[in-house]
Amino acid sequence: MPDMEWLSRNKIWVGTAALVLIGAYAFYAVNSNIAVSMFSYAWFLAVPLVLGAMVGVIGERSGVVNIGIEGQMLVGAFAGFFAAAATQSIVVGVIVGALSGIAMGAFLAFSTVVGQLDQIIAGVVINIVATGITSFYFESGKTIPRGLPNFDVPLLSKIPLIGPVFFSDGPIALFALIIVFVLHFLLFKTRWGLRTRAVGEYPSAADTAGINVIALRLFNVTAAGILAGLAGTYLSMEATSTFERGMSSGRGFLALAILIFGAWRPMRALAAALFFGFMQSLASQLQASDVVNIPQQFINLLPYVLTLVVLAAAAGRVRAPGAVGQPFVKGD
Amino acid sequence: MADPDRPPGKDAPAPAADPAPVDTTKAAPVVAERGAAPPPTGVLGFLVRHQAIVVPIIAVVLAFVIGAILIRAQGFNPTYAYQRLFTRSFLTHDGLLATMQKTTPLILVGLAVAIPLKVGLFNIGGQGQLMAGGIGAAWVAYALRDLPGPLLVIVAIVVGVLLGAMWASIAALLKTTRGVHEVISTIMLNSIAVGLIDWLINGGPLADKGQPFPTSHSVPEGARLTPLGILPWGLPVALILAVLVAWMLKRTTLGFELQTVGRNKFAAGYAGISTTKSTLIAMAISGGLAGLAGVFELLQIDPYRYQNGIAGSLGFDGITIALLARGNPLGTIPAAILVGAMRAGAPSLQFELGIRPEIVDVLLAITLLMVSLPVIAKWIFRRHATKQTQLAGSWGA
Repeated sequence: MPDMEWLSRNKIWVGTAALVLIGAYAFYAVNSNIAVSMFSYAWFLAVPLVLGAMVGVIGERSGVVNIGIEGQMLVGAFAGFFAAAATQSIVVGVIVGALSGIAMGAFLAFSTVVGQLDQIIAGVVINIVATGITSFYFESGKTIPRGLPNFDVPLLSKIPLIGPVFFSDGPIALFALIIVFVLHFLLFKTRWGLRTRAVGEYPSAADTAGINVIALRLFNVTAAGILAGLAGTYLSMEATSTFERGMSSGRGFLALAILIFGAWRPMRALAAALFFGFMQSLASQLQASDVVNIPQQFINLLPYVLTLVVLAAAAGRVRAPGAVGQPFVKGD
Repeated sequence: MADPDRPPGKDAPAPAADPAPVDTTKAAPVVAERGAAPPPTGVLGFLVRHQAIVVPIIAVVLAFVIGAILIRAQGFNPTYAYQRLFTRSFLTHDGLLATMQKTTPLILVGLAVAIPLKVGLFNIGGQGQLMAGGIGAAWVAYALRDLPGPLLVIVAIVVGVLLGAMWASIAALLKTTRGVHEVISTIMLNSIAVGLIDWLINGGPLADKGQPFPTSHSVPEGARLTPLGILPWGLPVALILAVLVAWMLKRTTLGFELQTVGRNKFAAGYAGISTTKSTLIAMAISGGLAGLAGVFELLQIDPYRYQNGIAGSLGFDGITIALLARGNPLGTIPAAILVGAMRAGAPSLQFELGIRPEIVDVLLAITLLMVSLPVIAKWIFRRHATKQTQLAGSWGA
């Protein structure tokens, strides 16, 4: 139960959320069709950003910067799609997509935590390797039997507005929504979460308290790769059913901006991702309805410009985990 | 505090206080991290002293071995493939010209990554800065098309360099005033450059509407830098700039200030060196160099028009080059020639053997991977290995 103290601490967030909800339902009352399509499109765009931001949350909360989310997503999209095409089974595709994310996560984890490769260089290397490998092994003309199907969640999908937007999508979109709340709970209410935050904030203190810093970082960064793999699989198997070269198109970096804008917290990152999705959806809607005449290229640029604006605004208001980016050497 | 040069719990003063500007990437005294180990003698000593060269060579060799396995897995003969690749790029007239033409921008974008590395900044935005320079030159070449050729070339170079520097300065200003990390901002600026330029040449103000595909107007004939035999005009310029940058970093006050900030920004601050100023200058110089690369791409390469994809993956190859050169400006020259030759020879793999030219992307990616993994240096040199670049410490700051 949200007690009074929690409410007073988070009154700005609760107030904003309430205002956004009221605004959204007012819009829905005026024109339910456009409201549902706009918010659905916003969530459709936000799903990979949410998953990517959660990869970042797990990594940076444990003290490891992950610039390679972009490459991890791209490999996930590639591996999922081509595994599904080869076996003609979408289930195999999703599993392989998630596993490829683990492999990429493991590379980042071992090279930075054990090998002490600089974390930013490691991430950039992941991105370049991912681009090279996926374009070399790319084969055109492959098809998968079908994209991941949308389905209605019983009861929840009947809620006006929220139901059709969040609860009648494909499995990965639903998973993305759930994982935000699960991760929030894990991070702030469990032993694993406390340890992870300690390792990311002050690893030598955590080490003194008997936490195995290296092992925890290895586990977290590797496991977070699953989410990046699924974000990629979402792109090639749920949002579309095709793979294109460079398909992640900067979403991994947008996810990092969202993570910072969301102050390294899962729920705020979800809100930030929805904001990004909504701005893009709004621009497309304005363009489609001829309200404004802006070149299509400018609409496509919106998320990148928005990222710079948001980061410039968020700087100084948020604080990164204390030990993020620094390798941990026991006894140093 | 997130400073890589001062790990928590170490009270020893930072080495950056050393008054002599020592280039750690080259003939640096080998710093033993724990317990003073005597410098080794003999062959090992020679290798340790030259590890800035030895490690990249081993990395390239390893990458080619892994590449050979991949080519073999595709059912081709790797020895023959490599032979064709380098025969084409060094031993044919067209191939050698292509190698030189590709080397020119690669040296410049390599420098554009290497200089900020000295200040502890990672400039991923070479791509966008190059594009800004190229489109600036395309604009000048069209707007001032009545100027005499040589004058037009000079104006195009000035505008291209300034636009590249401006594009990089956006990231530098976001960093110094708002604390936005340059890795994210430069990547966003790359994407923004792609979109803006696509608009400019695709129905926008710089588009040549007489063409069926998005393109700028072609450069007037008088301003085209057609190659002299196998020598493109830009190559000597790039070589001179690499030497100048090396001299600037090693022998000038500015270079000393940049390197001091990169080693320890707190020590630099105590010594009265402004981190803000160093960041802005380093990024502006880098952006200018990348912008110049874009100008040459436009003025010295057929079809002398700005088209989408003109920048290829030059900006990202610049990262590979700078890391292969271990941040040494002169090292970017051999690294750029290697990468340029691989890029120039790639089409022949496609035509003669049917191997996809993207194998070169894979080879370069593996090279980058190998050169950046500290385990290679540790495995050969053990405790004598020099420390790797540490950048990520600035992330949360």
